[in-house]
Amino acid sequence: MQEKNERGLWLELLRLMIKIRRVEERLLEVFAQGKVPGFIHVGIGQEAVPAGIGSILRPDDFVLTTHRGHGHAIAKGLDLKRFMAEIFGRVDGYCRGRAGSMHMASAEWGVVGSNGVVGGGIPTALGTAFASQFQGTDQVTVCFFGDGATNEGTFHESLNLAALWNLPILFCCENNGWAEFTPLPVHTKLQRLSVRADSYGMPGITIDGNDVLKVREEAGRAVDRARRGEGPTLLECLTHRWFGHFAGDAQKYRDPREIEEVRKFDPILRFQKFLFGRKALTEGDIEKMEAQIRMEIDEAVAFAEKSPVPGKESIGQEVYV
Amino acid sequence: MKEIRYIRAITEALREEMARDPRVLVIGEDVAVPGGSFSATRGLLEEFGPKRVKDTPISESAIVGLALGAATQGLRPIVEIMFMDFVTVCMDQIVNQVAKARYMFGGQYRLPLVIRTPCGGGLNAGPQHSQSLEAWFAHVPGLKVVMPATPYDVKGLLKSAIRDDNPILFVENKALYGLKGNIPEEEFLVPIGKAEVKREGRDVTVVATSRMVHEALQAAESLSKEGVEAEVIDLRTITPLDRETIFRSVGKTTRLVIAHEAVKDFGVGAEISAMVAEEMIDCLDGPILRIGAPYAPIPFNPESLYLPNREDVIQAVRRVLAY
Repeated sequence: MQEKNERGLWLELLRLMIKIRRVEERLLEVFAQGKVPGFIHVGIGQEAVPAGIGSILRPDDFVLTTHRGHGHAIAKGLDLKRFMAEIFGRVDGYCRGRAGSMHMASAEWGVVGSNGVVGGGIPTALGTAFASQFQGTDQVTVCFFGDGATNEGTFHESLNLAALWNLPILFCCENNGWAEFTPLPVHTKLQRLSVRADSYGMPGITIDGNDVLKVREEAGRAVDRARRGEGPTLLECLTHRWFGHFAGDAQKYRDPREIEEVRKFDPILRFQKFLFGRKALTEGDIEKMEAQIRMEIDEAVAFAEKSPVPGKESIGQEVYV
Repeated sequence: MKEIRYIRAITEALREEMARDPRVLVIGEDVAVPGGSFSATRGLLEEFGPKRVKDTPISESAIVGLALGAATQGLRPIVEIMFMDFVTVCMDQIVNQVAKARYMFGGQYRLPLVIRTPCGGGLNAGPQHSQSLEAWFAHVPGLKVVMPATPYDVKGLLKSAIRDDNPILFVENKALYGLKGNIPEEEFLVPIGKAEVKREGRDVTVVATSRMVHEALQAAESLSKEGVEAEVIDLRTITPLDRETIFRSVGKTTRLVIAHEAVKDFGVGAEISAMVAEEMIDCLDGPILRIGAPYAPIPFNPESLYLPNREDVIQAVRRVLAY
């Protein structure tokens, strides 16, 4: 029974990672076809982080995320149809088409926002966590950001206050080695960003962010601590950004060999290999999973394309209550 | 009725609303144990406890962001930013996060949060502690900007602001903190978005904000001795702007002077002037004149040569009447 449950969890983690990957691949496709207004940022290669963390969160927990936040939103549970409609800028999107990819939020799922400003959403996480503490619930807030955001003032202000007030937050730094077009050694002296936690009085840990089970395990520990009222944690997940900063980024600032190299760290293939080794997965399982995900994405895209573009009358709505 | 100082009227509003609604809380630098830099939050910690009255680090972005997140979950935070000049260090939080969160997220959240902050000169506090920056925020849809001039209005408007489900920048004036005025013993509210005719007159309309309301009223008294009756409108709320009250008054007087302490150029006065010119140019019997501070930072000394005053209002009124 125990083993069966474990296999179920493994397959769920794999399914979630593949789903995030395929959704983002489709987004790149529809973007290239000119169907998506604005710009999008994909996190292909980083799927183990959202999947690992999403798998331990409850529907009533909170997530703050970034411009590269598709995975976090999907892993939190957002309905793919409404998610897709939002990215297409349509009225059936979670934010009625006003947010797009970069600012998506779902009150229903506790995703209090992706954010167009690097580091801009970190202070908001203080507030959702404070509300949980104030109201005496055991909800936890997970705040995602990249390595680049750790040089924003909001990061430092927020970690200090979170530690000081013992707020139930998991600060998750997805360190993919790139702050937009600038590599880590050019923007930060430190090699391990988690050491910054120490200076604020909270635990900090760096893990292999391409190992979904490791992410789940360490994030699980931190989330449990936060739920018990034992305060925040900074978890640095080392991972890789396969594509550019934005869809269509030619990445001239990047060594082509490095772009090739990072694909060796594919968290999905790695986990599949692990599952094959445990005889917990067959090619047939994968095919079934892929087919089901493809269908779900097809439906979501069809739904988004059918959803109306917001009318002029909506422009001035909901500026105020 | 009772007499009360502007600063204590603020304290009363905070206390009454905290007693009325357990979701209301006060957060900011030095607001709890010290009772606020200008003593606005004095006594609140003792009455409502450390869970609802919270001292913070000097981290304006974190404080405002915290208020935003808390407001999305139904709390009603009141944040104090010690000087209006310091809103500059949390501009992203106010402008890109707080002001956008309701609209950008498709109306999913109500954001009942108030940012209290004192503007204005008069304390020789120098270029970084004396500015009036309300025009910046009036330019950002999603915020309401409230700017009361009297003890009565500051109390009634703060209570309304705390009950409002929109983010509000509540601009107090530190030169007015000691001002005395009468307020009712019983509870009252002042609606947001409503200007008030503080003095009726037939010859010229003077639209004023904050400290300049008092300067305008004194100017009107002087002018009255010359046989000129100025109508003084206290804007009270910058956004949403009460256009009707201005239009009605200018329709009657046919002349308009606008007085604020902020730098004159590109200010609230410019907006009101443009609006009146657009809508009722045919009614005007003279140029629209603006009074504001010169286009320079406010000097540490001598402040009095920099700040606009009643004499400026009198001169402007004479000029528009002589047209």
